[in-house]
Amino acid sequence: MQVNDNKDFQPTIVAFCCNWCSYAGADLSGTNRLNYPTNVKIIRVPCSCRVNPMFILRAFQRGADGVIICGCHPGDCHYTSGNYYARRRMTLLFSMLDYLGIERDRTRVEWVSAAEGQKFAKTMNEFTEAVRKLGPNRRLEDLRCRKQ
Amino acid sequence: MQRIGVFVCHCGTNIAATVDVKAVAEALSHEPGVVVSQDYQYMCSESGQNLVKDAIKEHKLTGIVICSCSPRMHENTFRKAAAAAGLNPYLVEIANVREQCSWIHKDIATATDKAVILGKAAVAKVHLNAPLTSMESPVVKRALVIGGGIAGIQTALDIAEAGFDVDIVEKQPTIGGKMAQIDKTFPTLDCAACILTPKMVEAAQNEKIHIHSFSEVTDVKGFVGNFTVTIKKKARYVDETKCTGCGLCTEKCPMKKVPNEFNMGLDNRTAIYIPFAQAVPKVATIDPNYCLMMKTGKCGVCSKMCSVGAIDYKQQDQLIEEKYGAIVVATGFNPIKLDKFDEFAYSHSPDVVTSLELERLMNAAGPNGGTLLRPSDKKHPHTIVFVQCVGSRCDDEKGKPYCSKICCMYTAKHAMLIREKYPDTEVYVFYIDVRTPGKNFDEFYRRAVEQYNVHYIKGMVGKVTPKSDGQLDVQASDLLANEQLHINADMVVLAAAIEPDKTARPLATMLTTQMDTNDFFTEAHPKLRPVESATAGIFLSGACQGPKDIPETVAQASAAAAKAIGLLCKNSITCNPCVAQSDELMCNGCSSCEKVCPYGAITYTDKEFRMPDRTTAIRRVASVNPAVCQGCGACTVACPSGAMDLKGFSNSQIMAEVDAICK
Amino acid sequence: MQEAMISKAKALLADGTVTRVIGWKRGEFVYDVTPAVFESAQELDEGFVYDDFTAANVSKYLIKESRKEGKILCFLKPCDTYSFNQLIKEHRIIRENVYIVGIPSDGKLDAEKIKSKGITGILSAQRDGDTVKVETLYGIETLPLADAMLEKCLSCKSKKHVIYDELIGEDGEVIDSDRFDMVEKLENMTAEERFEFWRSELSKCIRCNACRNVCPACSCEKCVFDNPQSGVENKAPADSFEENMFHIIRAFHVAGRCTDCGECSRVCPQNIPLHLLNRKFIKDINSLYGEYQAGEDTTSRSPLTNYDTEDCEPKIVHERGVE
Repeated sequence: MQVNDNKDFQPTIVAFCCNWCSYAGADLSGTNRLNYPTNVKIIRVPCSCRVNPMFILRAFQRGADGVIICGCHPGDCHYTSGNYYARRRMTLLFSMLDYLGIERDRTRVEWVSAAEGQKFAKTMNEFTEAVRKLGPNRRLEDLRCRKQ
Repeated sequence: MQRIGVFVCHCGTNIAATVDVKAVAEALSHEPGVVVSQDYQYMCSESGQNLVKDAIKEHKLTGIVICSCSPRMHENTFRKAAAAAGLNPYLVEIANVREQCSWIHKDIATATDKAVILGKAAVAKVHLNAPLTSMESPVVKRALVIGGGIAGIQTALDIAEAGFDVDIVEKQPTIGGKMAQIDKTFPTLDCAACILTPKMVEAAQNEKIHIHSFSEVTDVKGFVGNFTVTIKKKARYVDETKCTGCGLCTEKCPMKKVPNEFNMGLDNRTAIYIPFAQAVPKVATIDPNYCLMMKTGKCGVCSKMCSVGAIDYKQQDQLIEEKYGAIVVATGFNPIKLDKFDEFAYSHSPDVVTSLELERLMNAAGPNGGTLLRPSDKKHPHTIVFVQCVGSRCDDEKGKPYCSKICCMYTAKHAMLIREKYPDTEVYVFYIDVRTPGKNFDEFYRRAVEQYNVHYIKGMVGKVTPKSDGQLDVQASDLLANEQLHINADMVVLAAAIEPDKTARPLATMLTTQMDTNDFFTEAHPKLRPVESATAGIFLSGACQGPKDIPETVAQASAAAAKAIGLLCKNSITCNPCVAQSDELMCNGCSSCEKVCPYGAITYTDKEFRMPDRTTAIRRVASVNPAVCQGCGACTVACPSGAMDLKGFSNSQIMAEVDAICK
Repeated sequence: MQEAMISKAKALLADGTVTRVIGWKRGEFVYDVTPAVFESAQELDEGFVYDDFTAANVSKYLIKESRKEGKILCFLKPCDTYSFNQLIKEHRIIRENVYIVGIPSDGKLDAEKIKSKGITGILSAQRDGDTVKVETLYGIETLPLADAMLEKCLSCKSKKHVIYDELIGEDGEVIDSDRFDMVEKLENMTAEERFEFWRSELSKCIRCNACRNVCPACSCEKCVFDNPQSGVENKAPADSFEENMFHIIRAFHVAGRCTDCGECSRVCPQNIPLHLLNRKFIKDINSLYGEYQAGEDTTSRSPLTNYDTEDCEPKIVHERGVE
C-alpha cells in the first residue's frame, strides 16, 4: 500500500449512470451547484444492467483509475429488475478483481435516486478521494494504451 | 467518411462563465471527422436551432454533437431540429457540459478540460451512431379482462363506457366473484348483492361487453396493441344461446346431493345448476361429475323438461381466438386452505368455520336463510370466538408472510352484525394487531368495541378442542393481561389468509408478466405505476396484485381501465427505437437473454443458415420484438457471445466513450 | 472396462440405435489420447481406447455431432454428464440424437505431472491401490497416485451421473470435496501476494486458446475475442491483455454455467491453474446466492440470470477477507 496520500495525483474516474435515477441525480447535483471533482466523467446508460464487465475492464485497461456504477435503488429500477442483475454481476466481478489482487477501492456500486443530488456529489467526492489515495492504476492498465 | 458538426452552447453565462466555450469548440474541431465546430449563446433558442439546421444542410453533416445542458432537458429539441434538417434524429448526441460540468466546477481551466473530454466522448460515440427509425405498431381497439369479479366488472364497465369493446373471461359459470358471496360490506354495512348485482346486470346488458363465462384463457401471443388470445369455452352441456334461465331443470334434477360451491359446501345443489338467483349469465350448467345422464346414460330429465331444447349432453369444449389491444388481469384471490392448521380443529369440527363460510351462514340466500345457526346441530350459538391472522403474517411455510389486509375489518363487521342481531351472543376476537387504516374504518372498529361490546383480546389462540358436549374448548392467551384463557365456544371463526387465485401463475407465464414470491402480480413501479404490469399493454386490477378491500379494488379497477383506455385511444404506438437486437449469426440460442428480459420481448426460432463450408444448418436463434422491448440492455450483458446489442447504446458506442474519457 | 464399452458400442451400432460412436483413440504415445468418432465395429476394434489417460470430456463435441444425421453414442464419466446437461439447458445439444452410456470413473492420470517427476519414455501406467506403476523405456517407476493423478480428479466433486440412457457399472454419489481449499488459501493472502501470484501465473499465457476451445461452457458460435465488433477482439498475446482482460472475461462469461469440469487447467500447456478462477466464481455464488451446481439439472436458472431482492450489496467485497 502506498504511504503518501498522492495529493497531487489527478485520477481518471469513469462513472456509469443509469438514465432514470443516477444520471438524473447527477443532473440534480448540478442544478443545486453541489461540487464534486472534475476527475469524474459520466457515461449515460439506460440501466445499470447495461454495464458489461468488459466496459469496466476496458476502462482500466485504457488507464482509468477508478470505475463507479450508479443505478436506481433496489426495488426502484425503471425496468423493474435491471439493477438486481447488475448487483449480482458487479458483486462477482469486484470479488474476482479483488481475488486477482486489484485494489478494492478502485471499483464501487452506489444506488443514487433522481432526488439524491446531494448523495451523488458526496459519493463522487468520497470515491475520488479514495482512488486518489490509491495512486495510479498500474495493475490493470495496458501500457500500449497510454497517451504518448 | 463521417462529417460531424459540434455545437457548443453558452447557455447565457450558465456554461460560459466556468467553461471557455470557444476553447472547447476549438479543441473539438480537431477531432476526427469534425468538419464544423461552433459556439452560440443559446443553442436551444430558435436561432440556435436554425444555426444547427443550416450547418447540417450546408456541411452535409452525418452526425451532430451538442455541448449543452442535460440530454434529459433538450435531447428531444435537438433531435427534432435535426429531423427538420433531414438528419436522422438518432444521429444526435449531447455532451452534458452544464449540469455535469459548468454548474459543479469553479475552476475555468479544469472545467474547460473536462468539457472538452465530454465533447470528445460524444464525438467518439456519434461516429458509431446509426440512423434509427421509430416503429409504429397498430392498436387493436378491443380489451380483454381476465376475471369477472368486482374488479373485472368495474374495469370492463369503464372501458365500455369509453366506447371500446371489451371481453370478460370468467372461469366460473357466472360473473360476480367473491363479492357475490359476501353478505354485507364494511364500513357501511350495505348488502353486497344489492350493490353488486346491478353492476353485473349492467355488464350483461352493455352491448360493448361480451361475457365468456365458464371459460379460461389458454394461450396468449403477441404484444402491446396486438395480442392474440385463445379462450377455451368449457362445455357446460347447455346451449347458452337457448337457455332462458327459467330454472325448471334445476328443480326437477333428481341428483340433489352435490356440494354447493357458492355456499362453500355448506349445503347441496343439483347436478344441473345455476350458481345463485342473480347469476349472470343466467344459464344452467351441468356438472358432468354428478349428472346421472352423463355418468350412467340413464336419466335425461332436464332435457325432457327444457322447453327450448337447450340441453346438449354431447357439447364439447370450444376454443376461440380473439385479438386484443390491451389485457387487464383481474384474477382475484381465495382464502388459503386450512388443512395445515390442525390446532384450530377446522377439519375436525363443523362448528369451526372460515370467515367466508360465515358470510354464507349469515346470508339470507345462504344455507340457513340468513339465521345464524351452528352447522353441527342447527342451534343458536351463544359464544363465538374469532381468530385473526390464521396464516397471515406467518413466518413458517404453512402460512403467508404478508398481512391479508381485509380480515381486521370484516371481522369487526361480523362481530358487529352478530351482536346487533343476537345481543345474547358473546363475541370474542383474538388478534395480533388491529389494523384499520381507511376512510371511516377505525371509527367502525371502535363502534364494534365501544358500542357493541365485542371482546377484543390481544393474543393468540393456541388450540381449539371439540368437547363431548358439542362445545369447543378454546385455549388462548391474553397478552395484555398476561394470562391463559379457556373459553367454551359454540362456534369458532377463522380469518384465513388470502392468496392469489391458482390460475394466476400459469397466466403470468402466458402473459410474460412478473410475479412476486407469493404469486401476486408485480406492478411496473411500486409507487408510480401501480396498475400497470412491467409488460406493456398488460394492466392489473384488484386483488391479483395484492390484498385489497372492495373500495380499493374498485378504485384500482377504474385506474386500470383508464390506463387501458389511454392505450386503446391510440391508433398506433410509437416504439422506442433504442431496443435490443440479436445478431443471428452469432447467437448461440442459449436462452440467457430470454431469462433476464423483464418484458418477454425475446423469442426463439429455429432458422436455417448457410455455413461457411456451404452446408446448411438449422440453429436456434433469438429475436427481439421491437414493439415489446423497452431497451434496458439486461440481455446484452447476459449474452455470452455478444450477439445481443442495444441500439443507441451499443457495446462499441459505450466503449468508444470509455476510450475517449480514459485517453 | 474398454472391452465392455466396445461390446456395448457394437451392440448399439448393430441394432441400429446409433450410427456413430464418440470415444477416444490413441495418438503417438500411450498418454496421447484424443476424442474420435467411430462408425463401425471394425473401427472400434482398431482404434477405440479407454484407460487411465482417457480424461477428455467429449460433451462439447456433441454440439456439432448431435446436429448431424443419425444418433451418436457417447460414453460419459460422471463429471462429463454435468457438462452435457448444461449444454442441454443452453439448447446446444440435441438430446434426441445422443445415446448416453454412463461409465464410472475413479480418476484419470496426468502424463504431464508424471513427466514433471522426471519420468520419461512412458510406455504404460498401471494403477495399484495408492500407487502408480509406470513402465518406461528405462524400466519401471513407482510413484504415489496423488503425484500422478489429474488435479481435477484429486478434487472430484461427484461420482453421480446426472443424465444417462444406461449405465455400465453402479452409479456413485455426489462427493463432499475439498475443491475450494486453494481458492480459500488465495483469499487469505494479501492483495499484493494475490496480485503477484496471478501475475506470475497469467503472464505465462501464450494465448493458444486451448482453455477456451476445450471448455464445454465456451461454446459460442463466435467468440467475443474473435469478433471485431465486441471491442475486446484480440487474437494473439499482446502485453498484458491476457492478464487484464482475457482470463477475467473468459471466467466471467462462464460464471454460473461452469460445471467445474477442470478441462481448462488440464489442457493448458503452460500449467496455469485456470480452474481457480472459475472456482472463485463458484465459491462466491455458493456463499452469496445459495449452493448452485451448474449442469445438475436442465431447468434451473443460472445465478447470473436470476436475482433475489435481498441479495447482498457489492460492497460486501470490500468488507470481507484480506486486503
